[in-house]
Amino acid sequence: MKAFTMKRFASVLILGAAFLTGCEAPPPESVQRGYRGTGMEALYNPDTLQALVDANQMPAAIPAVSSEGPKAGDIYQNVEVLGHLSVGEFTRLMAAITQWVSPDQGCNYCHVAGEGFEADTLYTKKVARVMIAMTQNANENWGAHVGGAGVTCYTCHRGNNVPEQVWTIGVPPRRAENMGHMMQNVAHQESSVYTSLPIDPFTPYLLEDGVARAQGDTALPQGHEASIQSTEHIYSLMMHYSDALGVNCTHCHNSRAFGSWEESNSERVQAWHGQQMVKEMNNAYINPTNDWLPAHRQGPLGDAQKVNCATCHQGAYQPLLGANMLADYPNLGALAPEPEAAPAVMEETPAPMEMETSSLDQGVMGGEAN
Amino acid sequence: MSMLSFEKKYRVRGGTLIGGDLFDFWIGPFWVGFFGITTAFFAFLGTGLLIYGAAIGPTWNVWQISIAPPDLSYGLGMAPLREGGLWQVITICAVGAFGSWALRQVEISRKLGMGLHIPFAFSFAIFAYVTLVIIRPVLLGAWGHGFPYGILSHLDWVSNVGYQFLHFHYNPAHMIAVTFFFTTALALSMHGSLILMATDPREGETVKTGEHENTFFRDSIGYSVGALGIHRVGVFVAISAAFWSAVCIVISGPFWTRGWPEWWNWWLELPVWY
Repeated sequence: MKAFTMKRFASVLILGAAFLTGCEAPPPESVQRGYRGTGMEALYNPDTLQALVDANQMPAAIPAVSSEGPKAGDIYQNVEVLGHLSVGEFTRLMAAITQWVSPDQGCNYCHVAGEGFEADTLYTKKVARVMIAMTQNANENWGAHVGGAGVTCYTCHRGNNVPEQVWTIGVPPRRAENMGHMMQNVAHQESSVYTSLPIDPFTPYLLEDGVARAQGDTALPQGHEASIQSTEHIYSLMMHYSDALGVNCTHCHNSRAFGSWEESNSERVQAWHGQQMVKEMNNAYINPTNDWLPAHRQGPLGDAQKVNCATCHQGAYQPLLGANMLADYPNLGALAPEPEAAPAVMEETPAPMEMETSSLDQGVMGGEAN
Repeated sequence: MSMLSFEKKYRVRGGTLIGGDLFDFWIGPFWVGFFGITTAFFAFLGTGLLIYGAAIGPTWNVWQISIAPPDLSYGLGMAPLREGGLWQVITICAVGAFGSWALRQVEISRKLGMGLHIPFAFSFAIFAYVTLVIIRPVLLGAWGHGFPYGILSHLDWVSNVGYQFLHFHYNPAHMIAVTFFFTTALALSMHGSLILMATDPREGETVKTGEHENTFFRDSIGYSVGALGIHRVGVFVAISAAFWSAVCIVISGPFWTRGWPEWWNWWLELPVWY
């Protein structure tokens, strides 16, 4: 009898814990995302929404300065991507970047005290140059994704040396010999948003040229084939999109026809451009830094820390909830005019690294039969 | 309609909840009663409004006709007829008709001096519907959270609401409900076949009794729940399916706004793993 009471007590405790940790209180905030009655809606807990608003406030802008006067490239040496700025603008941007990226370490995060500012001694300075060009390129050439708000260093860095949410190529979990790893069914993985889905959906779609097209466009199967695994990779990537933006699938899709652009919200087009933009960032800007990055800035397979949706969005449907921070820092709005200053464009970059994961379902991701 | 010889015995006065003897009569095989009148009223009005909604809508294709709830912006207020008001009135009619039908079952049970098992069980189906179109929308603060009345459109709604929570199969109450639905089908099919194998023998064989039925299950799984027990099991698994369906949708939104996969982190974060 006593054992029975203890058991009952224990189960009440466990159920109570599940109830308290696993529940929110009504009513949530709701947003209609489609025609009435389609069930396309977003639901937000007011408390987490408030936390999101608090976490997405822009820092105060440094007062603007004149673009007149001598150019930074003429006064300072070894200025590649910001040489077209006036000395005033250049100094202001350097001060801002210090606030955004290395508020604790200050200028010495990139420049060695006692050396000239022109020295490329520290890898951090070289990374900063590539990142500034990447930011300029996003603002100049990817208006289809970042238009209206633009991006600055702060969009991702938020006062951190490295943005909090970056990724590297996934390493298969330990497994018994001859058991094919599927890179999935791993508990507590934020990359798959806690599902059993593949834990590295980024390599095929945000680094390689995977095309997310598992759904056929005919009612019955007529030649279109996609493997279960490639389908699950796509679902995992979509989970990441949702998690990174703090939205659900109906933000973009009417799930009755996921693939139909006509029935999708315009945000889906924006997301598609985002995927292309991130792919370019990872291949044209970030991967080349891998040659001289220190090991502690690389993943377990020796690749550089890369960008995905969460790097900028950080849980908000628009980074900084759509605030236009670029308006305060227009110098980041376009690439430097000198053509040799811009890093190689995508076509000229080496092919993505050959990794064990890259061979995974490659044919299928291109839409072919496996 | 003619009456079977023994039916007179059961056609007795009494048992009504409302109206006394006023509606205590039969039309053909149907006993009328006060709630028979209200059932018919709400059913005809609601069906008529559905047809009217189809008439002012874009299609007569029976698969595509859809009467949608109002925009969320109307909150818990009334909407114009063509902008969801029709859905609101039809919902009132549906709840009125289903509720009347349950109370009609109560009256007939009372008239026959039987228990209220049927209205009790049927009320779980009503509860599931009311949860979808009244309880959950009220908890979320807008009638627009209800599902549209249409053969395909309500399925599209189900799909999208599932994807609001990224992966609905991770909803714990959905798991329980699905399990009960399958168990209901399993129990019903096993019970039906057991009765048929005992009472519908091939030619030349005799009809078997409950002892054969019990022995079959004792031999195969070591236990027979018995002739009365199997029906208790049946009611339990069937109403549980409806009940947990209602739970799985009412917790989605009012009590949990993120992806259901993430909900399970409470388990992974229990201190016992470290």
